[in-house]
Amino acid sequence: MLGRIYALVIKEFLALLKDKRSRIVLIGPPLIQLMVFGYAATFDLKNVPFAVYNEDRGVESRELLAAFDGSPSFSRVAQIMREGEIAPLIDGRQVLMVVHAGPDFSANLLGGKPASLQVIVDGRNSNTAMLAINDVRDIVERFNRDWMKQHGNSQPPAHIETRAWFNPNLESRWFFVPGIVGILTLLVTMLVTALSVAREREQGTFDQLLVTPLRPVEILIGKTLPGFIIGLAEASLIVLAAVFWFKVPLLGSLFTLYTGIVLFLLSGVGVGLMISSFAATQQQGLLGAFIFMVPAIILSGFATPIRNMPQLVQDITLLDPMRYFLLVLRGVFLEGMPFHLLIPQFWPMALIGIAAFSIAGWLFRHRMY
Amino acid sequence: MSRDTHAGSSRMRLRGLIRKEFLQIMRDPSSIAIAFLMPVFLLLLFGYGVSLDSEHVPVALVVEQPGVDAAEFAAAFHQSRYFETAVYPSTKDAEQAMMAGRVNAIVVLRQDFAQQLRRKDGAPIQLIVNGVDANTARIVSGYVQGAWGKWLEHYALQRGLQLEVPVQMEQRVWFNSELRSRNFLVPGLVAIIMTLIGALLTAMVMAREWERGTMEALLVTPLSMSEVIIGKLVPYFILGMGGLVLAVGMALFLFEVPLRGSLWVLFAASALFLVTALGMGLLISTVARSQFVAGMVALIATFLPAFLLSGFIFDIGSMPGVVQAITHLIAARYYVAILQTVFLAGNVWSVILPNVLGLVILASVFLGVTWRKSRKRLE
Repeated sequence: MLGRIYALVIKEFLALLKDKRSRIVLIGPPLIQLMVFGYAATFDLKNVPFAVYNEDRGVESRELLAAFDGSPSFSRVAQIMREGEIAPLIDGRQVLMVVHAGPDFSANLLGGKPASLQVIVDGRNSNTAMLAINDVRDIVERFNRDWMKQHGNSQPPAHIETRAWFNPNLESRWFFVPGIVGILTLLVTMLVTALSVAREREQGTFDQLLVTPLRPVEILIGKTLPGFIIGLAEASLIVLAAVFWFKVPLLGSLFTLYTGIVLFLLSGVGVGLMISSFAATQQQGLLGAFIFMVPAIILSGFATPIRNMPQLVQDITLLDPMRYFLLVLRGVFLEGMPFHLLIPQFWPMALIGIAAFSIAGWLFRHRMY
Repeated sequence: MSRDTHAGSSRMRLRGLIRKEFLQIMRDPSSIAIAFLMPVFLLLLFGYGVSLDSEHVPVALVVEQPGVDAAEFAAAFHQSRYFETAVYPSTKDAEQAMMAGRVNAIVVLRQDFAQQLRRKDGAPIQLIVNGVDANTARIVSGYVQGAWGKWLEHYALQRGLQLEVPVQMEQRVWFNSELRSRNFLVPGLVAIIMTLIGALLTAMVMAREWERGTMEALLVTPLSMSEVIIGKLVPYFILGMGGLVLAVGMALFLFEVPLRGSLWVLFAASALFLVTALGMGLLISTVARSQFVAGMVALIATFLPAFLLSGFIFDIGSMPGVVQAITHLIAARYYVAILQTVFLAGNVWSVILPNVLGLVILASVFLGVTWRKSRKRLE
């Protein structure tokens, strides 16, 4: 039995790697994508273009505006003189925001009246707008604190001291890079499995496979192993890059991490084979792969929190193996979560994998064309 | 032969080919499913599912010494719709809750909160956020600041104190004053879904013909290569536009995204984008030669780049220069910019025209390379 499976595995590897194009496609793009996406996926603003509209002649407004120039989030690209210039700059996306100090800014500030600083933001991407507003608020608050200290004003009765656990500088890259490990691992398993059975069905060789002495379980194992091995190798490579290139801390144990990776690969390969054995043509296999992969990624909590979703959609995400894998990745990488705290994430992935494999094995024999 | 009859016979040939493609599409219903069911299904799922508006964030409020002042402060949290507040007696319990992921942040009022309020330096309020999801952590810390500000106003008003705020920030958000994330996510989702549909419809088409040897059969007919490409494009274009109308209709009427630009600009840009997306599919299909490789390339080159590099959710301006340069190769980037502007800002030509130009260039490159590659293979 082992010999038969071994032969099938060799044949599957040959089918995948014999063709130069498919070899390139399997190995190159995931690594390139890791580099590109690792840098692209961030919510930390950098050099956001803004314009200054300062009607005030005092030193104070200039001091506050200088703080914007010192911030890595913003970069001043224009200085405007009239209100009419604001709209064209923002409409045409030349600047994301305009900071406006009125003519009485310094006078109000020195006179003990609240001086208002107007911030006009382009809300077309409301998340970026909110991030920019938050950064402006930080700058203004720091200015206020310094001002009150220098001028001996009374302090407010209470103030907030913030600390962030697990990610003291709140670098969003630490959040996204482990997520990308998950996304690319899913992509690789889909690449290897989603078309594998569909291709054989379309070319008629799957029927030949079924009449060989191989039992369906053996076919299943033979079809699983290549996806599993390639997925494991690429996942390891991506983890290495995350740690040594992107310098994301890996606090937890490798054993816990690999338990998660293995279970996720099982569920991913299982779903891929299930899709593939359901499809009659490669076109349908590709369609199935997209219909699974796209929601699996968008609803996994990769970019937008699952908590923000309506209850019905949250329930749907329980079927998504990525959801559990992301919690494992982020937990092990950033929080150093121990094995036992992640068991609630492990068993659903195992369950999805077993269910998918059972369906795929059943489809092998019962779906004939 | 005069030019007129030549053009006439070309038109007839083309019509024949388009009819053949349509018949083929009708026979395998998966194309129709891709064009009409997929946009509805995905947009429903994502339009409701994807949101960056955090409300009811679970927060642990630790009150070490209950009292009037602490209760007043806690009230600011209980009233806010942004928080789901749970009160804990000790920091240790709250920390355990955060470890287990039950709360996203901890606000601690120390034992001597009431006494310190009356001192000159004021009372420190400790805020611990879970920094794993840095974006949510920032949002939560902003919310806590907001609740603190509310409490401060209330506190000062009750005691007749003068609150001194040197500089007050006044924010005005244009185009989306409530910062409703759905308004920008739904147009972005339309772009991603159309990228998928465009590629899925055509990625296998040419490869299938080459693989089955029917391309050679097509080419011994009087049809020229450009006619073959147009013949492949037109039926899928019509299907894709059908799906697009559905998606835009859902964005407008179901998700109530305001449309401030004009409908015809929206559809003209969408048609152009669809040609680009279909062109990319045809190119993949031509270069890959086999359906198997074409399928793999389509998986890699369409969804994830459109998701991460289009500016749909991550700000392109904040990416490093090299990555920004790469985003110029992604058709969805131009379409997302056009959609967000036409939906939320209006017909701003200084945004629309450069992006239209980008799409035109990409479409010409995709179709041009497809044409060249297909011709060469005959020789």
